[in-house]
Amino acid sequence: MSEISASIPTEPLFAQDMHASRVKVFKTQDAIFRQVTRLFAFIVLAALAGILISLAIEAIPVLKKFGPTFFWSNVWSVPDDQYGALISIYGTVTTSLIALVIAVPVSFGIALFLTETCPVWLRRPLGTAIELLAGVPSIIYGIWGLFIFAPLFAEYVQPRLQSVFADVPIIGGWFSGAPIGVGILTAGIVMSLMVIPFVASVMRDVFETVPPVLKESAYGLGCTTWEVVSHIVLPYTRVGVIGGIMLGLGRALGETMAVTFVIGNANRIAGSLYAPGNSIASTLANEFGEANPGLHTSSLFALGLVLFVITFVVLSISRWLIHRGSAKQGN
Amino acid sequence: MNLYARRLWINRIGISISMLAMAFGLAALMWILWTLFSKGFAVLDWNFFTRDTPAPGTESGGLRNAIVGSVLIIGVTTLLSTPIGILAGIYLAEFGGRSKFAMATRFVTDIMLSAPSIVIGLFVYAMAVATMGGFSGWAGSLALSLIAIPVVVRTTENMLRLVPTSLREAAFAVGAPHWQVSLKITLRAVKSGVVTGLLLAIARVTGETAPLLFTALNNQFYSTNMSQPIGNLPVVIFQFAMSPYDNWVNLAWGGALLIAIFVLGMNILARVVFRNKSSD
Repeated sequence: MSEISASIPTEPLFAQDMHASRVKVFKTQDAIFRQVTRLFAFIVLAALAGILISLAIEAIPVLKKFGPTFFWSNVWSVPDDQYGALISIYGTVTTSLIALVIAVPVSFGIALFLTETCPVWLRRPLGTAIELLAGVPSIIYGIWGLFIFAPLFAEYVQPRLQSVFADVPIIGGWFSGAPIGVGILTAGIVMSLMVIPFVASVMRDVFETVPPVLKESAYGLGCTTWEVVSHIVLPYTRVGVIGGIMLGLGRALGETMAVTFVIGNANRIAGSLYAPGNSIASTLANEFGEANPGLHTSSLFALGLVLFVITFVVLSISRWLIHRGSAKQGN
Repeated sequence: MNLYARRLWINRIGISISMLAMAFGLAALMWILWTLFSKGFAVLDWNFFTRDTPAPGTESGGLRNAIVGSVLIIGVTTLLSTPIGILAGIYLAEFGGRSKFAMATRFVTDIMLSAPSIVIGLFVYAMAVATMGGFSGWAGSLALSLIAIPVVVRTTENMLRLVPTSLREAAFAVGAPHWQVSLKITLRAVKSGVVTGLLLAIARVTGETAPLLFTALNNQFYSTNMSQPIGNLPVVIFQFAMSPYDNWVNLAWGGALLIAIFVLGMNILARVVFRNKSSD
């Protein structure tokens, strides 16, 4: 700015010209700046489109060969050059559902505790601890799951579950087979630990959007904390809570390293949850590095495309619900 | 039991269960950290930082090449994603408004925040590795940048939105052009918030393994050449943990501890930076 004031001449007319040219320079600079920032925003947008397009292009050979049956064929055999996505899709969906069945109630409990019953001075440290759990890299969950959790699980928990459920008609089959530690169930449990912090954080945030007046009126009528949560907080935040669960699901579907360590990596579908399996992400992590060029590589790209499309849909719904849930705050 | 007692009991049970859930979450964190420290701490000695990864069947060894490779890859990722992320964030906060383009970009950023990282690895493989002749550290950095950029964009935009409009108007009123207002006034006002975003982004990509598997690959030897496959901690941990050699598994624990300390440290640092500045 000092150079401007130094260059302002005493002649008034000339000063006006100077001002005009200065404004012109600023305008050009602004236009350039605007376009540059726009370009970088465009890069982000283009990346997503690029991912979809490049995966689709790479997947073309296998889709041409097998047609849509690729998606529901349960054969995945590298020696025979036969590929189908069902085994991996089954593994991905099952492990994610197990993870959610465990993570949703626990996250709800954590969010309830942090917003309603926790002493105020403890709220911040405990909330931070849960957020740190979200920051732990997935490979650490994986290595912990493989070396620490799976052996203990096989020795103490799996046989007991088996004896408890042995005679129950359908559920008994889920817990049949050798308790070897690694498998679909273990992968689901380890993954639930990864999902809990994400779901709990979203739930806590939406619980905090409930107007205090609503809760206070309920307490004033003599409601217990549990009744306030189940009759006031939950109905008010239902949309946001479902959004948080969907976010957890999106995370779980795409989780790679934690699952690859503990799922057992077997290309078959077994009725038992104790049996080893494979998820889309773990198949990619295990096979892509050494995949034969041609059909094998192409079918792995097709698996990646399936995974990306599924998570894209789930995450879109989640984002829409969370936004709708927090938009309520403005009313 | 009368109605009042029943309601009280239901409440007690519900609250107890929620406390149990909290305890469960904390116990999981403690258990994982405890395991890491007890298994990994013994491995962290001088050799760990000065020797390279051992060949199969040989004794001792360290992770020097993997540590150096990770630092290089993360460094390039930071240099790449910082300007892109901040400028894109500025666009969304200052110019984008509610235009269709800006809304679409926000939507995509949110999706990319949680998109499966292994798919991003596949994408970079198809775009960079397959077309430019082989695995390289650059490709690894590119893949990690695609994960880091959304984090930076999102925090930058959110932080800039907190700047009061009056501050912008004051700057406009004295004749400052928009680009100076953005870079020298608003961005400076939220500097600590943006730094927080950067730290979180670095913490996020440091532990990412899946996108490096098919991009940076791995290298058993010491190398600082980013256009060749390069050793890096996450992939080494993955390979060594799955191996049958005891010293490899121990090194994997050491590497996992190192990554966990770094990531948690970055997370805590980000919170400290943000809290100190925002309370000023």
